[in-house]
Amino acid sequence: MFSILRSIWLTFLHLFHKSETVEYPEVKPYLPPRYRGRIVLTRDAENMERCVACNLCAVACPVDCISLQAAEDENGRRYPEFFRINFSRCIFCGFCEEACPTYAIQLIPDFELAEYDRQNMVYEKEHLLISGQGKYPDYNFYKHAGVDMGVKGKGEGENEEKPVDIKNLMP
Amino acid sequence: MNEWLNIAGVLFIALTIAAGLIWVERRLLSFWQDRLGPNRVGPFGLAQVIADTIKLFFKEDWVPPFSDKPVFIMAPGILMITILLTFAVIPFGGDFYVFDSNIGILFFLGNSSLGVYSIVLGGWASNNKYSLIGAMRASAQMLTYEVFMGLSLMGVVMMADSFSFQTIVEAQKGGWFFIPQFIGFVVFFIAGLAETHRLPFDIPEAEGELVAGYHSEYSGMKFGMFFVGEYLGITLISAIIATLFFGGWLGPSFLPPVFWFLFKTFMFIFLFILLRASLPRPRYDQLMEVGWKILLPLSLLNLLVTGAVLIFLK
Repeated sequence: MFSILRSIWLTFLHLFHKSETVEYPEVKPYLPPRYRGRIVLTRDAENMERCVACNLCAVACPVDCISLQAAEDENGRRYPEFFRINFSRCIFCGFCEEACPTYAIQLIPDFELAEYDRQNMVYEKEHLLISGQGKYPDYNFYKHAGVDMGVKGKGEGENEEKPVDIKNLMP
Repeated sequence: MNEWLNIAGVLFIALTIAAGLIWVERRLLSFWQDRLGPNRVGPFGLAQVIADTIKLFFKEDWVPPFSDKPVFIMAPGILMITILLTFAVIPFGGDFYVFDSNIGILFFLGNSSLGVYSIVLGGWASNNKYSLIGAMRASAQMLTYEVFMGLSLMGVVMMADSFSFQTIVEAQKGGWFFIPQFIGFVVFFIAGLAETHRLPFDIPEAEGELVAGYHSEYSGMKFGMFFVGEYLGITLISAIIATLFFGGWLGPSFLPPVFWFLFKTFMFIFLFILLRASLPRPRYDQLMEVGWKILLPLSLLNLLVTGAVLIFLK
């Protein structure tokens, strides 16, 4: 009997408690920088596409929502001819970001992806590609790699030694 | 005041409160659960009532092919009629009532007994086992609580020496009846809760066990009638508690009597909603046990003591 009255009283006191509700469209929730939301393709500091169309993201994707076609430019640098992500399938697991060797594909803190037409959930390359560098500024894959793709000469990259002169016996 | 004006006024107030309770209940419940509730449509979400009503009207009004059609269609109407009829005998203000019956309380008790028909017929005509179980529970619960609902009011009747609501209110000018009739008030409140089958006594429609009990098969505005009928029932029981135990429209004269009546009524409506927010549903046999073994003897005892004291004082 007493506990019934007590629980009624305690419930009544909740009238004066602060509400837990976040009034969403007016008050945006805080999303940490590493939140896994919408997927973007980033560019390097020289404003070139980072993506080298290695297909690792498409392989890593557990729901097969990424599809792309590789191509090469006049320097022999690889880039995706098309890059397509079907966001109606994407589960935002972030495996593609982990698989990417060039930090090209990144998940950003944006979840407002609703569309009226299902076909609009398919994002093409021009929708995915942003002009910034995302979470990893000043990283350029080709400055570390050995190959010459018009970014740097052979053996001039960071942490890279000059190529061995195979016609010389000196160490 | 003009009689027709009174009828229109009583109908308007009762139906407006009942419809408004859709919003009031959702809003209050959410405050008690640390939420905000519906606050999007119109100022403070008040237009939610209109939105809900439009939704109910435009839903498909489906009558199941396996049901007993005439009874199925009639059942929600009975609920509304019995409750709205009872509002006729309740004085909203000094001369603001539809008719002052000298059997007012009996009229109320009779109508609330008739209200059981609505639920039993609704559950039976649905031809659905859950509806039938719900209707059986409702009838047993309402018949049980009907018994001492009447008995708990007899103390008030003895003190005021009348069955008329108007006379009972005027008899409370010396002091409200909830002090001498406190047991009667508590018993009537619990019985009223069971009579309107509101939470925590919503065993007939226990959604965890019976889908929605007797109104599982109802849709559209027929469901809406049960829905609004429930809120009308809350308003009615609150109004009767305010009238019989808390002096009805009596109050300081700087505000009109209708205000005091509605103010007291709303206090009890809030209490009804607070009980919904705080208490769990009892088991069915517990409900019956409390009814027959505790509340019935208690109301009989209250009746005896009141009678003895009144005779002693004479």
